[in-house]
Amino acid sequence: MEFPKHPFRTHGGAPVPHHKNTAQSPSVVMPPPERIVLPMQQHIGAPCVPTVKKGDHVYVGQVVGDSDAYVSAPIHASISGTVTELTQVMLTGGQMTQAVVIESDGKMEKDPGIYPPAAINSKEELAKAARSAGLVGLGGAGFPAHVKLNVPEGKNIDTLIVNVAECEPYVTSDHREALENGKNVLDGIYKIKEILGVHRVLVAVEDNKPDVIAKLREIADNPEMDPKDEVRVLPLKSRYPQGAEKVLVQACTGRRVPPGQLPADVGCLVMNIASISFLASYMRTGMPLTLKRVTIDGSAIKEPKNVIVPIGTKIADVIEFCGGYQSEPQKMLMGGPMMGIAITTDQLPILKQNNAILAFDEKEAALLEPTACIRCGKCVAACPMNLMPTKLEKAVEKKDTEALKALDVTTCMECGCCAFSCPAGRRLVQAIRLGKSYLKKAGAKKA
Amino acid sequence: MDKLIVSSSPHFHGKKTTQNIMLDVILALSPAMVASIVIFGFQAAVVIITCVASCVLSEYLCRRVMKRPQTVGDLSCVVTGILLALNLPVTISPFIALFGSVVAIVVVKQMFGGIGQNFVNPALTARIVLMNSFPARMTHWTGAFDYAARADSVTTATPLGILAEGGTEALPSYWDLLLGRTGGCLGETCAIAILLGGLYLIVRRVISPVIPVTYLATAAVLSFLLGRDPLFDLLAGGLMLGAFFMATDYTTSPLYFWGRVVFAVGCGVLTIVIREFGSLPEGVSYSIVLMNIMTPLIERYLKPRAFGRVKEKKQKQKEPQR
Repeated sequence: MEFPKHPFRTHGGAPVPHHKNTAQSPSVVMPPPERIVLPMQQHIGAPCVPTVKKGDHVYVGQVVGDSDAYVSAPIHASISGTVTELTQVMLTGGQMTQAVVIESDGKMEKDPGIYPPAAINSKEELAKAARSAGLVGLGGAGFPAHVKLNVPEGKNIDTLIVNVAECEPYVTSDHREALENGKNVLDGIYKIKEILGVHRVLVAVEDNKPDVIAKLREIADNPEMDPKDEVRVLPLKSRYPQGAEKVLVQACTGRRVPPGQLPADVGCLVMNIASISFLASYMRTGMPLTLKRVTIDGSAIKEPKNVIVPIGTKIADVIEFCGGYQSEPQKMLMGGPMMGIAITTDQLPILKQNNAILAFDEKEAALLEPTACIRCGKCVAACPMNLMPTKLEKAVEKKDTEALKALDVTTCMECGCCAFSCPAGRRLVQAIRLGKSYLKKAGAKKA
Repeated sequence: MDKLIVSSSPHFHGKKTTQNIMLDVILALSPAMVASIVIFGFQAAVVIITCVASCVLSEYLCRRVMKRPQTVGDLSCVVTGILLALNLPVTISPFIALFGSVVAIVVVKQMFGGIGQNFVNPALTARIVLMNSFPARMTHWTGAFDYAARADSVTTATPLGILAEGGTEALPSYWDLLLGRTGGCLGETCAIAILLGGLYLIVRRVISPVIPVTYLATAAVLSFLLGRDPLFDLLAGGLMLGAFFMATDYTTSPLYFWGRVVFAVGCGVLTIVIREFGSLPEGVSYSIVLMNIMTPLIERYLKPRAFGRVKEKKQKQKEPQR
């Protein structure tokens, strides 16, 4: 297979500032907190049901929530201690979900039932391992990894793309993963590619991270690490949103994933670097997903840094670990500023798919007051999916579901380039989200 | 801590706003304004100030009367005022300029809902209204550097006028056209000043080069095919001003690349056809306004395809084979 030397051209995007302030500071491991809250929904799909009762003792790595549904992933305790409560918590989207609250016993005892998994030789075993590890897409989406890895028969994957684009401003957790665990990453890549029978692996890194490109190239060029020479680093143009799955597939292979289809339909499998690195360690140790590297940054944070936190730790505790707030935060985000979700309180727990917590002061939180659309076409030029956000917004105002369908509203991935570029400050992404819900409702009515 | 702002993503915004885009356009128009004052004298400044002031006032009063949020601050009315002034002869009476401004802002822009809602370019439509209402006053040209020129002074012809009449008068040289040493509207004579402004807009990414480049190229090619002098056609009359500042008006031109190409080709063809076959010596205003009206049609029939969508026709052809 050919390895591209330069990325393929992609459409649109926006010149989003990088703000990678924490890229050069090594990750710090946070001491385990006294109390964690584990919501039963930390992934796309069916929520888990608690498998422990109030008063139960749990070990680190013990399953506390699971589900029979296929699209779901089990949740594990990240500290050892006692289950003090089964409660309801509100997630960022406003929906309520069950949660397991664990009070620490301070021992961090590992579950004695944890041992390295038997050698994995088939696709099915790999998917099974990913599921029991509780792995979800760590890039932010939280899609259960075993579903992704279980490529349906007839879909021939010829390229594995490792996503190290990290195009969101501020976020550097993947950057640190590459620098600190590069060998682990390549180990994971080799295991996955051998099992899936893929002979071309492209490690896609935005070119604003020259140190990551150099480091990963050094490892991938080492014949001991890459004996078949099938892993290459591909530097991408630093233009948001290079890391968005469909854009990434196009930049790496020139192939376009049709609306409503997956990268697997064009022969690609995209995995985040942190997910791959975690799978490699899981295969070595058998320890499920209990820790997550999170970038803590933003103008209101005193000491921005990357912190390795037990999943379920309260955000406020993590920020306290980073020296607390240096000014009154006006807006707090789970994730980066382009696609992250604004949260209402810092009392929420860190979830599996969180890669950043940002806290902004007044100046950075300020939004442009929307004025009339001047039809400048900047949103159309910025859309990586070649949609017409301004026309979508007008169709949403009229609740015209036919027009929304004709304008391909469901192809929108909500990357935010349109609203970022809009000189009138129109809330285009918000309108498009509303449009998607109109379409869903209209579809439900018909059915 | 108990009052965090919650809003939809994205939480970042680029630096461009409607106001600073309009400021950029005003900056880009300043070489042409300075050139007009140098070429036609102080009276040119009077025309510009009259138009801008009456446009701003019309917009302000309109929004007041309609009880709508005030939009004078976005500066789009200032741009309209300047563009209208640059499309008038220097000898125009301030009252006619005022009438034109009211037509542009009140009738063309605000009656259709204000910024972003007008379906034709306000300044150009006002020019057309004035051309039809005051044909003599609107074609009363004076020569360059004839600072004492008044409404009753001797008239000169515009370069395109000379060409259309096929008279004995000598055509101005390319240098005269570049530097603006000819008769004509305030802003159309000095091609260099307009080019400077147009390049500034492209460099600042306020406009994409698609429309001006396609417009000028189409006009040049058609001019050549009809046996005219392409360079003369490009430099004379309002083509430069129209291509860089009027046809690129956001509201009245298509939103995306191929729509813009069709739009600009249409403008180019109509301009040269009017110049060659029409009774008027100049056709830029009419061709742009006609294509403005065509814009919704272009957008209806020439839609960009969403990422990864294949042509439907091809799919249909494939199906029977399966």
